[in-house]
Amino acid sequence: EKSKSSFFGKLSKAVAGKSKVDDEVLDNLEEVLVSSDVGVDTTLKIIDRIEERVSRDKYMGADELNTILREEIAGLLSETHVGEDTEFVIPSDKKPYVIMVVGVNGVGKTTTIGKLAYQFKKQGLKVVLGAGDTFRAAAIDQLEVWAKRVDVPIIKQKMGSDPASVAFDTLNSAVADNADVVLIDTAGRLHNKVNLMNELSKVKRVMQKVVSDAPHEVLLVLDGSTGQNAFEQAKQFTKATEVSSLAVTKLDGTAKGGVVIGISDQFQIPVKYIGVGEGIEDLQVFNKYEFVDSFFKV
Amino acid sequence: MFDNLSEKLDKAFHVLKGHGQITEINVAETLKEVRRALLDADVNFKIAKEFTNNVKEKALGQNVLTNLQPGQLMVKIVKDELTQLMGGDAEEIDLSGNPSVVLMSGLQGSGKTTFSGKLANYLKAKKSKKPLLVACDVYRPAAIDQLHVVGEQIGVEVYSDRDNNDPVAIAEAGVKHAKSLGCNIVIIDTAGRLAVDEQMMTEIANIHKAVTPQETLFVVDSMTGQDAVNTAKAFNDVLNFDGVILTKLDGDTRGGAAISIKSVVDKPIKFIGTGEKMEAIDVFYPSRMADRILGMGDVVSLVERA
Ligand SMILES: Nc1nc2c(ncn2[C@@H]2O[C@H](COP(=O)(O)OP(=O)(O)OP(=O)(O)O)[C@@H](O)[C@H]2O)c(=O)[nH]1
Ligand SMILES: Nc1nc2c(ncn2[C@@H]2O[C@H](COP(=O)(O)OP(=O)(O)OP(=O)(O)O)[C@@H](O)[C@H]2O)c(=O)[nH]1
Ligand SMILES: [Mg+2]
Ligand SMILES: [Mg+2]
Repeated sequence: EKSKSSFFGKLSKAVAGKSKVDDEVLDNLEEVLVSSDVGVDTTLKIIDRIEERVSRDKYMGADELNTILREEIAGLLSETHVGEDTEFVIPSDKKPYVIMVVGVNGVGKTTTIGKLAYQFKKQGLKVVLGAGDTFRAAAIDQLEVWAKRVDVPIIKQKMGSDPASVAFDTLNSAVADNADVVLIDTAGRLHNKVNLMNELSKVKRVMQKVVSDAPHEVLLVLDGSTGQNAFEQAKQFTKATEVSSLAVTKLDGTAKGGVVIGISDQFQIPVKYIGVGEGIEDLQVFNKYEFVDSFFKV
Repeated sequence: MFDNLSEKLDKAFHVLKGHGQITEINVAETLKEVRRALLDADVNFKIAKEFTNNVKEKALGQNVLTNLQPGQLMVKIVKDELTQLMGGDAEEIDLSGNPSVVLMSGLQGSGKTTFSGKLANYLKAKKSKKPLLVACDVYRPAAIDQLHVVGEQIGVEVYSDRDNNDPVAIAEAGVKHAKSLGCNIVIIDTAGRLAVDEQMMTEIANIHKAVTPQETLFVVDSMTGQDAVNTAKAFNDVLNFDGVILTKLDGDTRGGAAISIKSVVDKPIKFIGTGEKMEAIDVFYPSRMADRILGMGDVVSLVERA
């Protein structure tokens, strides 16, 4: 809190009543942003926006600054169709609503599925999980533990089987049971592995044999402690599966996850959720202002 | 998005060209590019700053050799500094104990369980050791199952106790079990934890105290960004670990976190993970990592020839 107030304090002093921001303040701002993993390109973009805004709005009061800073940074984060409300809204005319969860190894896909299933179930929706990670040791068992915790059905095959076939089974079962939401887990894969990325496209195609417009959402999970490589992840996963939304995990630590600002801006994909722990309730709807504020906290 | 540093430097080189000596004025542009490349590679902000300052000190006043362009000389200085910072030759792990205890630590999902298996497999195959894996992650769903599957894949025994939820007690019992089986290596897999989670940090400190490992390893995802310094420092403060494991280097990350960690805790990077399979383990080569971070294999070989 101390560094936050002192940063804004400095910024206020440096900008109030002036039409140009001090270099020292911009250097400070650069440090805060780059240290939050925002990345050099996006940081420069933000600094440009702030300089422009200050020169346009001239002679602003100190209290406006906080707002302007937040607005200019948050402005890069892609809007969703429902304004500030960023969580998944399950439409009643798409049944089952299919959400496929993708991402590199160990980011928190399976855990996020468990947490999402819990939230959907609480909303009174009928949920089915598909154990599409047939590769990693005990990945199926892990999802099964979550299915038990939430008390929802899981469709699985044995380790080593074809993930597309698991997804196919899951959708068939969901249709037969008249389920509302399907969450498909997938194995972690690094985005530079062409075969594994093609496998995802195949999973998608096979699902469409059951539900023609599936998946309705492709959720890319990013680890909040990941640096600039997340850009490449977003790029390659979008290419293979048309990612429609993002979740950023592990923000209960000291990492800030700032790289998603540039990603959301460049690929026009909204951030929907953040993971803030390993527990079943540790999934929050993304709030861009709180997110930006966290950069300026210790 | 990652432009090659050598290309960037080439662009900056024109500033230097025609000067016989590196001076404050002609070095500025080049250093800016170096710093930018380091930040793009996820080297910590402060460390990148320090590093470029050091490079500047080294470079100033140096006479440009006749067979080396000024820009190439800069690249050579950068690359040498980076390699030196990252440590000398690859360091082995200490296997002198009987049994030798190896304790894994790190954030959630960094690759501890997978690496535990890889290390067991490596020591078994390459060093003719008899390892035992011990499952001390009592929290993550199916963590114990995961280690059992891994153990089965490589033909290494796994000790676990599903009725016990105290990792300290399991670790101690695991070491005892290893002795009774005649195992000479004990690899203890632990739950992922955040450095700010005091309770969990105390827990691993207690495991450490209870089993006095020969090797305490900090396992870190090579895609980690700016936060790598905080985490490495916090784990080192609690565990005074002996070495670092960099995982997931089969990706296309530059892996700048390696420098950040090295400069903040000054512990050797001992192994790297290069895939999900049990064979995907390699010793660490500082010079290769320097090239990777700078994304400049070609320029380096050019300089080496000069
Ligand atoms: N602290 C914290 N830990 C998390 C969060 N989300 C997931 N984790 C932990 O991160 C680790 C990896 O999570 P998983 O859900 O297994 O990740 P995954 O992406 O499914 O991993 P793979 O399937 O192996 O690629 C586990 O230890 C989780 O408990 C979070 O928001 N905060
Ligand atoms: N591509 C690649 N994947 C890896 C590597 N090391 C581990 N993984 C994958 O990363 C994910 C997480 O690995 P784990 O070994 O479960 O990580 P962990 O640190 O034990 O995770 P927690 O116990 O949840 O904290 C899994 O999908 C592994 O297969 C590596 O070197 N390369
Ligand atoms: Mg998973
Ligand atoms: Mg583990």
